[in-house]
Amino acid sequence: MEADTILSMRNIGKEYYGNVVLKDVSLDIKKGEIHALLGENGAGKSTLMNILFGMEVIHTTGGYAGEIFMDGKKVVVDSPRKAMELGIGMVHQEFMLIPGFTVTENIKIGREISKPSFFSRFFGKKLENLDMPAMAADARKNLDRVGLSVDEYDMVAGMPVGYMQFVEIAREIDKSGIKLLVFDEPTAVLTESEALRLMDAMQRLAQSGIAIIFITHRLDEVMAVCDTITILRDGELVAVRDKRKTNVRELAQLMVGRSLDSSIQVEKPARDISDEQTALQLRNFTVAMDGEEVRGLDLTVRKGEIFGIGGLAGQGKIGVCNGIMSLAPAGGEAAVFGEPLQLGKLGEALHKKIAFVSEDRRGVGLLLDESIAHNITFSASQVVGRFLSKIGPFTQRSKAMVNEFANRMIGELDIRCTGPRQPAGALSGGNQQKVCLAKALALDPKLLMVSEPTRGIDIGAKKNVLDMLVKLNAEEGMTIIMVSSELAELRSVCDRIAIITDGRLAAIMKPDDSDADFGLAMSGTFVEGGNRNGQQEA
Amino acid sequence: MDNKKLKSLISSAGVPRLIIGGFFLVLLFSAIPLGMDIQGLLTNLLTRVGMNGILVLAMVPGIRSGIGLNFGIAVGIVGGIVGGLISIELGLHGWTALLVAILIGVSLAAVMGYLYGVLLNRVKGSEMSVSTYVGFSIISLMNIAWLVLPFKSTAIRWPIGVGLRNTVSLQESSGVVLTEFLSFTIGKVVVPTGALLLLALCCFVMYLFLNSRLGIAMSAAGSNPRFAQANGINVDKMRLLGTTVSTATAAVGIIAYAQCFGFIQLYTAPLMMSFAAVAAVLIGGASLSHAKVTHVIIGVILFQGIISMGLPIANRIIPEGNLSEVIRLIISNGIILYSLTKAKGGRANA
Amino acid sequence: MLNKMKSYIFDQKTILLFIVMCILGTAASGQTLSFIMREVLTRLGRNAFLVLALLIPVQAGIGLNFAIVIGAIAAQIGVFFVVYWGFSGMTGLLLCAAIATPLAILFGYMIGRLFNNMKGSEMIGGLILGFFADGLYQLLFLFIIGGIIPVNNPTLIISSGIGVKNTIDLTGNLKYALDDLLHISVLDGFSILAAVAAVLALYRLIRHHRASFAPRNNSGIGRCYLGLLAVAGVFLLSYLPALERLLMGTQIARIVLLDLFTVLAAAAALYTLYRLVRHFGSRRKGKEAFGLCLQLAVIGVLYAITYVPLFEKLLLGVVFNITLLSVFTLLVLAAGVCVFIKLLGTLDSPGAVKNSVQLAGIAFAYALTFVPWVEKLLLSSSIPVVTYLAIVLLYLFNGRFMKTVLGQNMRTVGQSMSVATASGINVDRTRNIAMILSTMFASWGQLIYLQNMGTFQTYGAHYQVGQYAIAALLVGGASVHKASGKQAIIGVILFHTLFVVSPLAGKNLFGDAGIGEYFRVFVSYGVIAVSLALHAWKRVAKKEGSPLAE
Repeated sequence: MEADTILSMRNIGKEYYGNVVLKDVSLDIKKGEIHALLGENGAGKSTLMNILFGMEVIHTTGGYAGEIFMDGKKVVVDSPRKAMELGIGMVHQEFMLIPGFTVTENIKIGREISKPSFFSRFFGKKLENLDMPAMAADARKNLDRVGLSVDEYDMVAGMPVGYMQFVEIAREIDKSGIKLLVFDEPTAVLTESEALRLMDAMQRLAQSGIAIIFITHRLDEVMAVCDTITILRDGELVAVRDKRKTNVRELAQLMVGRSLDSSIQVEKPARDISDEQTALQLRNFTVAMDGEEVRGLDLTVRKGEIFGIGGLAGQGKIGVCNGIMSLAPAGGEAAVFGEPLQLGKLGEALHKKIAFVSEDRRGVGLLLDESIAHNITFSASQVVGRFLSKIGPFTQRSKAMVNEFANRMIGELDIRCTGPRQPAGALSGGNQQKVCLAKALALDPKLLMVSEPTRGIDIGAKKNVLDMLVKLNAEEGMTIIMVSSELAELRSVCDRIAIITDGRLAAIMKPDDSDADFGLAMSGTFVEGGNRNGQQEA
Repeated sequence: MDNKKLKSLISSAGVPRLIIGGFFLVLLFSAIPLGMDIQGLLTNLLTRVGMNGILVLAMVPGIRSGIGLNFGIAVGIVGGIVGGLISIELGLHGWTALLVAILIGVSLAAVMGYLYGVLLNRVKGSEMSVSTYVGFSIISLMNIAWLVLPFKSTAIRWPIGVGLRNTVSLQESSGVVLTEFLSFTIGKVVVPTGALLLLALCCFVMYLFLNSRLGIAMSAAGSNPRFAQANGINVDKMRLLGTTVSTATAAVGIIAYAQCFGFIQLYTAPLMMSFAAVAAVLIGGASLSHAKVTHVIIGVILFQGIISMGLPIANRIIPEGNLSEVIRLIISNGIILYSLTKAKGGRANA
Repeated sequence: MLNKMKSYIFDQKTILLFIVMCILGTAASGQTLSFIMREVLTRLGRNAFLVLALLIPVQAGIGLNFAIVIGAIAAQIGVFFVVYWGFSGMTGLLLCAAIATPLAILFGYMIGRLFNNMKGSEMIGGLILGFFADGLYQLLFLFIIGGIIPVNNPTLIISSGIGVKNTIDLTGNLKYALDDLLHISVLDGFSILAAVAAVLALYRLIRHHRASFAPRNNSGIGRCYLGLLAVAGVFLLSYLPALERLLMGTQIARIVLLDLFTVLAAAAALYTLYRLVRHFGSRRKGKEAFGLCLQLAVIGVLYAITYVPLFEKLLLGVVFNITLLSVFTLLVLAAGVCVFIKLLGTLDSPGAVKNSVQLAGIAFAYALTFVPWVEKLLLSSSIPVVTYLAIVLLYLFNGRFMKTVLGQNMRTVGQSMSVATASGINVDRTRNIAMILSTMFASWGQLIYLQNMGTFQTYGAHYQVGQYAIAALLVGGASVHKASGKQAIIGVILFHTLFVVSPLAGKNLFGDAGIGEYFRVFVSYGVIAVSLALHAWKRVAKKEGSPLAE
């Protein structure tokens, strides 16, 4: 190991209940360098950082393999406090700030400077008086270090997001002996100019001797500011590159690169899909969904095709379907099979024969305490009145009809359960997904939207679900929109794939387009003649 | 049945419920050796069940629709009382008086319940504390109203002095038609069939409602709002529905209560009724997010059983003081506290 | 400017509404101001401590502590046993505290543990817990005491031998135990308060000047201020009845010693002022200040002269129905105010201006007490010193406590539990400490309450303690997540004024005192209902709005 390496993580491995998330990953950070950590969703970046920070979730699930060295000495990080003592700090995506406190108070939370008082003699250090002037002086010093000119007595509430982030950074570097700072997707919430200021500040910090780990997906930022780049893919270390010896395209290709484990091979029969008939048309489509905003999308999905929507987490792909279903506020224009769809009106999409299987299976997709039968027949009974017996103006659920249909679905979709009366919460992930699918199918939809269909499902069941979707499309001509973070499955099943980055359409790809093209689209550096925000350049 | 099954039964029932259930059985079986008047006790119990049942039933639509424990049924109670007073004022008798009271009471309660529901929709997460104090404030406000409302009937007004009486007798108007209806006696046990039939009818109607398309939608809205939205259900509307039905049921409940009692109670008497109803439904097995009609039946029998048997038995053991009242305070508030801790900042605060 | 005023009025709308109601109510009740003042002051002394005990949980994010009744219960257990064992006076009261405090701490700890298990529902939980505890208390007092714990005392126990009587008369043992330690008239109390406030303002003024003056002048200025203080202090001493009589009774060369003493004090003050002003002389503004101070001195002297009997008689001559004296006094006052404002202009820091204005305000208020009817009003009732001292101590403690590390931790927990945890603060433990403190203070507050009431309503004294204390706090402008000592005191005054006048106003306006009584209960419930609803409304709006918006 070289003398100027501040952090070395060697042969790190981690598994969650048999599921391998990290395998033999090593990371070396030099003093004062800005080191990028690249990877798709699920590549293992967050897990690696959780291990570095001694987060509880790591220890309660069996710890990790491998060793960590700080400044040449082996260390064991078993709690966030220990990480802090070792000089590791983190600027989170969700700010840990209190709006009702001043900048100084925020910077010093949990580490206030105090002077002995009358009571502290009897009751201990906790009752010492706060030394506000000393705290303010420290705050001022660190605000200057990051280059933020606000008054240290100002309230945080109401500050622009960029300022808040700087306060967050100031708080981290205020911790004594800070040697390494991790930035987790910091530019995601910033405007263009704020992002530039941040990168300036990062360079300044690096020059003052603090090493920085920069987690981002924006390849142009990586090339602008970083010295070294480590790329992870599917839990393994793919490559380490010096910035001067690589380019955006190579990084994109390394990030995406075909997984060697291609057990997801699905047989797709040939179909006749014409460009004339459209299932879904979106124009200037926007969705205000927390964390998955769509900022303006133009899209056309043809009738009878399997259309994929992919992209990195938080870039907006999840927002698309949720907006169509009015689960999140949406704007713009939408048309379904030629007819206009009124956005924002709850239930509209359902009445237009669009069914949606949500990515949040347990939260949105199921009533966990209710039986499988109740769940499967719920949507259809509410939206079109199926499974109800009518007595004049009154309706009553028909147990007979419900059970009959549920049994049929359990057979057709091979749902492993003890019977239609079992509570949905007791099933495994894969079977729960099938229940959600059955619920959607009970509506007899013309357009089926499935969000993250195989998330949290084991390999065998994954193939099962994908096969089912292909079958539905081939046999019943159902148009399917599939949103997924796993490029591999999108490429194996879909006819076309739209990549959403920064809330906009980056590109529409074919499954066999090059890895590099996919990578560039996802990192937002590739838009046909466009700039980073997906706008047409003159 | 092995250990594991037993353990899961105990944990799902909850320790306090088992304690209360056990206590009930102890009281039941100690009545005999103490030489108590079992028949009198049973009569008492049956009357109390008929009296309180519908008020407890009023809790179910509230819990189902997601507003948690409806401490504010005072709103409905006030509506029912006013309905009863108006029917007396109009000089009606017998069944007519009763039916008119119910009609007016339910209509008033429905309107007030709707407004109350609008308020609850704005305070998601704090429904329970807000509803408690709205209930208190309404009763408090009505105290002033009872002093100035222009009722003229002699049954209602004090002969000398200002304002309405504390308790208004039903003798002149509807009498106790409900309790006496089809009432029969087995030995010395008097069964208030009318009241019990009304309770059964209300429970049945509630069951049908909960099993209808609308009722299922309402239950979904309460149990998982996002799920409901994903199915095109307007969660706020469902909460309004639940609150309104709950309030209207409470109006019917207080009229039934007055029927069994023989008097309409004004002023601060209804202040703590919501707590008794909440405690009863919780004892019956309901929680902050889940309630069935069966919980109501079990709960009201257990709760009223302990109170109705507790007093005479306690008086045998400790002849002094109001032990029954104290036990009621401890038990009802204890079970509510237990349920609050079980919720773990969950459902009702979602 | 207008916008600022409008938003200020809107922020204080609760207090303003209640001030209006109090004024209307007082007018309608037809009672004398002195009666109302006496009643309100008594109630202030009785209840303020309890209300102040509510502050810490609000800061810690637990909201309104409806479980405060449990602290009251702890106190009442102590009171019963002390009365039973036959202790009285301060000893008895201290013994009560000795029993109640550990009980309250234990209860507070248990409440804290419970609240940590129902984060988010502490308020409804506290309310229910209060009822539950009431049930247990009744069990203790109705059946266990006398039944399982044998107590042989016919005045305390019901005739059957089991259970405590409904009312226990505290006359002769605990009644007024704290109050009677020392009484002073309101006038004196006010004067002392004014003096203390003036000293504080002066002290802060010194601190400000320390910053703005060159070091070599510091000691001199400090000494001048100290000198002024010393003179004032000595002069105040002359008000002590014993000393006053001494000085009045002695004569030297036909001048009463008291008058001589007063003149000497005035001269010393003027001299010190001159020395002080000389220090300003080194700077340009200082010269201006110096001149102004001289003017002030001259005005003061002129006014002092009017006390000389010769001149006084002269000026009492009437011109146009106004005595020349009054005219002269008014002119002097006006001139003095003008000069003072100009003097303020010479000061550099806004803090110094604020403190100077405070000083002037205090002096003015003090001067008001010389107006005859005000004086009579203030002399008409007395306040129990030690009780009020206790209230002031708790008030100060709350303030100081929030500025300690633990206090700041509580504030952090109150603002955001997740941030607090991430910063290494033990959230559960911090909340626990908040509840222990609150319950402990509540028990002391209930002791103060009981010793003033004089009768112990065994089953009713703690009933609605939480209700009225919380309502009072809210009336003062506090909310579920923000409360200060000032709001507590203002709230108690307003709430209890309303409480006093409502039945009487009801009787006068509607012919029935009952309406007034119900009205005040309705107000207490209504205020809490509105406050809870508003808080919840805001919380929902915040969740649906932008992140970190306040």
